[in-house]
Amino acid sequence: MSNGRRNFIAGGVAGLAGTAAWRLAGQSGLLPPDSSGIYGVGHSLTYAAQRLLTGQANAREFSRDQISKIPHPNGKPPQSQDFQRLQANGFADWQLQVDGLVSRPGSFSLADLKAHPSGSQITQLICEEGWSYIAEWTGTPLAHLLELTGAQPKARYMLAYAMDGWVDSIDMHDARHPQTLLTYGMNGTNLPVAHGGPLRLRVPRQLGYKSLKYVSRITFTDQLKEEASDYSWYAGI
Amino acid sequence: MSEPQSRTLPSSLIDAHFWYYPVVAHPPRHCLLVRVTHWITTLCFLALLVSGIELVISHPRFYWGEEGHSLTPALFQIPIPASRAHVKTGYDFVLPDQNGWSRSLHFQTAWIVVFTGLIYAAFSLRSGHLRRNLLPAQLSWATLSESFANHLRLMPPFTGGYNLLQRLVYLLVIFGLFPLMIWTGLAMSPAIAAGYPFVVELSGGHQSARTIHFFATLALVLFFVVHVLMVYLAGLRTRLLPMLSSRYPAPEEQV
Ligand code: HEM
Repeated sequence: MSNGRRNFIAGGVAGLAGTAAWRLAGQSGLLPPDSSGIYGVGHSLTYAAQRLLTGQANAREFSRDQISKIPHPNGKPPQSQDFQRLQANGFADWQLQVDGLVSRPGSFSLADLKAHPSGSQITQLICEEGWSYIAEWTGTPLAHLLELTGAQPKARYMLAYAMDGWVDSIDMHDARHPQTLLTYGMNGTNLPVAHGGPLRLRVPRQLGYKSLKYVSRITFTDQLKEEASDYSWYAGI
Repeated sequence: MSEPQSRTLPSSLIDAHFWYYPVVAHPPRHCLLVRVTHWITTLCFLALLVSGIELVISHPRFYWGEEGHSLTPALFQIPIPASRAHVKTGYDFVLPDQNGWSRSLHFQTAWIVVFTGLIYAAFSLRSGHLRRNLLPAQLSWATLSESFANHLRLMPPFTGGYNLLQRLVYLLVIFGLFPLMIWTGLAMSPAIAAGYPFVVELSGGHQSARTIHFFATLALVLFFVVHVLMVYLAGLRTRLLPMLSSRYPAPEEQV
């Protein structure tokens, strides 16, 4: 067989294998919501590879003496009057709303959340810009809240809404991960407003932009309409 | 300065490009796989460099160990403006945020260069390309200093194969710097650090990995500049054309 012919057949086989792998990945939930577009291949490879290669692995945890002396408070707290009113009152009137594909939607005050089992972790917050710090975060494991509200099997993503208008989402794999917390405490005190208080989502196996601050609502859905953004949806890298 | 004497080769084989020594054409041949992977790698390198520079602009400070940010002392800071207001740069303006496409381009290109590199490495091992063309035949202080001296005197290449220093540098790039870039790049991924903590631990921590990634980039840029300069000095016709097409060197040029 000539070289050209062999290459042609090899190329064809590789193409077919690629198409089959892509379909299989889609069916096994290994394609991220931003798998199309010019960077879709890269986003998908990273998401699928990291899901397959890292499974349920825990983010690295550190010892107490490795906690950073100064954590970096990035950005500004919400400027809205609503937020300032809630803050003036020590967030006593603040509530977290849980809805979407859950059997028992509901609202939780800070006191409600604190009455539930809590989890703590000393992990690193890594910003996509390049900086990082280590802190201890305390809060309600999202997995616990999922049981409490009865997340439905068809839920595939969790969307978190912040009081400053930010919205971000994670898949159920990360939502159920034991280190994913709805945090209200940091380094032994209440979570400071500068660090996202009263409630910050912590997803330590992804970059900092998935650790949404000022969360006031989470909702479960089976479909994600990706907001037009150049930032990859999956931020495990 | 005396006229460089023409050796016994016809003038058509002498590349007048070199300003002092004539370049005697004993051009190499490069097989298709080497040529294709070389140019894919070159495109990837440029894309990674441009997007990487954009990423550095969002935080042009470097640290050692695990942590580091705008409020901690830096190991060093590059004196350029930044695309984030919280970095004190000494400039009174903030550049626009370009990290979205830069990150996506950076990682997608990293995948391409990893696949290309694996194919190239497997081929080089199996075909004997590594043994024949890249591993130094005679490595000793004598041959090494001779190769050094030849470079310092800008001696033209007399053989088609890669010279000793050239081989060592290629090996360093292929089996040293590239793997180091990939290793320290992976070390910065929180998910990889979760699944395979030794990747970041062997790099000395998250911030050390970032700093090593940066210095390895500088080394690759230095290689790139010298590499292109060497190709130019050695003669574009005799050295570059064969890297582009199998029609070069022409049969009568092959020695
Ligand atoms: C415009 C940019 C480039 C040009 C013009 C160029 C040109 C060349 C040429 C002409 C050769 C053959 C050398 C000879 O015959 O003596 C070569 C080989 C090589 N180049 Fe480049 N190059 C470029 C960019 C790069 C980059 C970015 C890298 C890697 C970071 C690279 C890595 C290599 C390696 C490893 C070889 C040896 C390949 C082998 O035989 O397996 N080059 N290059």
